[in-house]
Amino acid sequence: MGKIEIQHLTKDFPNRRRNARPGDDSGLQFGDRIEVLRDIDLTFDRGEMICILGPSGCGKSTLLKIIAGFENPSTGRVLIDDKPVCGPSSNHIFVFQHSGLLPWMTVWQNVGMGLRHMPGNGQRQEKIQEYIDLVDLTGFENYFPYQLSGGMQRRAELARALAVNPDMLIMDEPFSGLDFLTHMKMREEVVNMHEFIGKTILLVTHNIDDALIMGDRVVLMSGRPSEVKLMRKLAFEHPRNYEEEPELNELREELYFMLGVSYAV
Amino acid sequence: MPMDGSLKTIYRARLVSLSLPLVGFALGLLLWEVLVRASGQSAHVLPGPLQVVTSMGELIADGTIFKHAVASLFRVTAGFYLAILFGIPLGILLGRLKSAWHVLNPVIQFLRPISPLAWIPLAMLWFGIGDKPAIFLIFLSSFFPLVVSTTVAVGAINPVYFQVAANFNLTRLEVITKIVVPAIVPSVVTALRITVMIAWVVVVAAEMIAVQSGLGYLILDSRNALRLDYVMVGMIVIGMIGLILDWAMRRLGRIEFARWNAGQG
Repeated sequence: MGKIEIQHLTKDFPNRRRNARPGDDSGLQFGDRIEVLRDIDLTFDRGEMICILGPSGCGKSTLLKIIAGFENPSTGRVLIDDKPVCGPSSNHIFVFQHSGLLPWMTVWQNVGMGLRHMPGNGQRQEKIQEYIDLVDLTGFENYFPYQLSGGMQRRAELARALAVNPDMLIMDEPFSGLDFLTHMKMREEVVNMHEFIGKTILLVTHNIDDALIMGDRVVLMSGRPSEVKLMRKLAFEHPRNYEEEPELNELREELYFMLGVSYAV
Repeated sequence: MPMDGSLKTIYRARLVSLSLPLVGFALGLLLWEVLVRASGQSAHVLPGPLQVVTSMGELIADGTIFKHAVASLFRVTAGFYLAILFGIPLGILLGRLKSAWHVLNPVIQFLRPISPLAWIPLAMLWFGIGDKPAIFLIFLSSFFPLVVSTTVAVGAINPVYFQVAANFNLTRLEVITKIVVPAIVPSVVTALRITVMIAWVVVVAAEMIAVQSGLGYLILDSRNALRLDYVMVGMIVIGMIGLILDWAMRRLGRIEFARWNAGQG
């Protein structure tokens, strides 16, 4: 479960600004079409961890929101397990860039949100506890999000997403705003969790190392209008490192080059 | 056990924060007394603090002041609760339903700047004399600010929370009870604190017409009897009850349900 096909997907919207922003030399007039995504064609297998890379503002998040059903494409379509996406569903849970936890609910209530129709109160409680334990938040059940650190908030949101047993997780820059060590730990946890539960994970990042260390597949998108510039399968064992996989290192250099930066400073 | 020194520091800070406001009031009374003596006016025109305290003693002793205060508080409570009952749901509707907002907002913005006191003739014509017109005026004074604050609060809810709701298949009703209502509670509590003061200010004016009780009536009636000392007793009691109302509304803001945004403020 969780096979994704994206067919001839485009997204554009009319320009609503009457005056160009300072420094904007695009020459766009009021009412002109702004093209965000151009003819995206991608197929991912079920159970894959797909990492989408691209410069900021290129429409990665828009693509994710279309796949999640929050937005409609202008043309083309998205199929999940051969069924077209029509609106949000608890089969594909979105993990938001900045916390998507409901701040007025405790960790327990947040995780329980997707399980509210579960028959049997005892069973429901067990399930909530199971997922809180899974992300190592035991003892923090009655904390509110603002009382948790950034990393703990991400883990709580992950528990909430996993608790509804979705076919797919959609993660929009899940590590942004975390300090370096927390970032590394979370990355490792997501990889382990992926190997353990085997769900399809679609993850947007602007960190090349995240994509190469985590992904079963890496997709590079161009700047706006966004097109697929590169798609590569990464059949390397975890844990990965660049010294042992020269091929991975080459790809890294290639990606840095394609994004227009040199990392060997 | 805390050290004696630190306890002393805490108590000293508490003593200062409790005694300084009393100093303020004492200075006010002193200035009042000085003005009375310097002006040389008779006690009928400008009663001094001592005389007002004596008169207050009389009004407390025969229970008059309690009768009037209870009458005013009853009208404010009734009008204020009616405003909450109609204003907050309407605010939620306007905040959630764009079309309703477009239809009703201009009318509300048009009616809002009309002082509740301008409605006095209509209120008396529609509701006769007694409690009803006064309650109606208080309702009007609180209704519009509450509608507007609630609408603004609903509009300011982070759209991410609605996407989360859609993602976890929340029904329309659940979106209201689990997202909208808890999200707006902190701002609505603040609005209530401001609105109850408006209602309390208006009750006095409302009681100068059409009723035979209440602090507003006490002031008007005492003026007609040339008892300015009773007028000032009325004013002092209004001020004291205002302080208590504000304190009560601040307590309301401290309950857990209204504090989820503690981390952000």
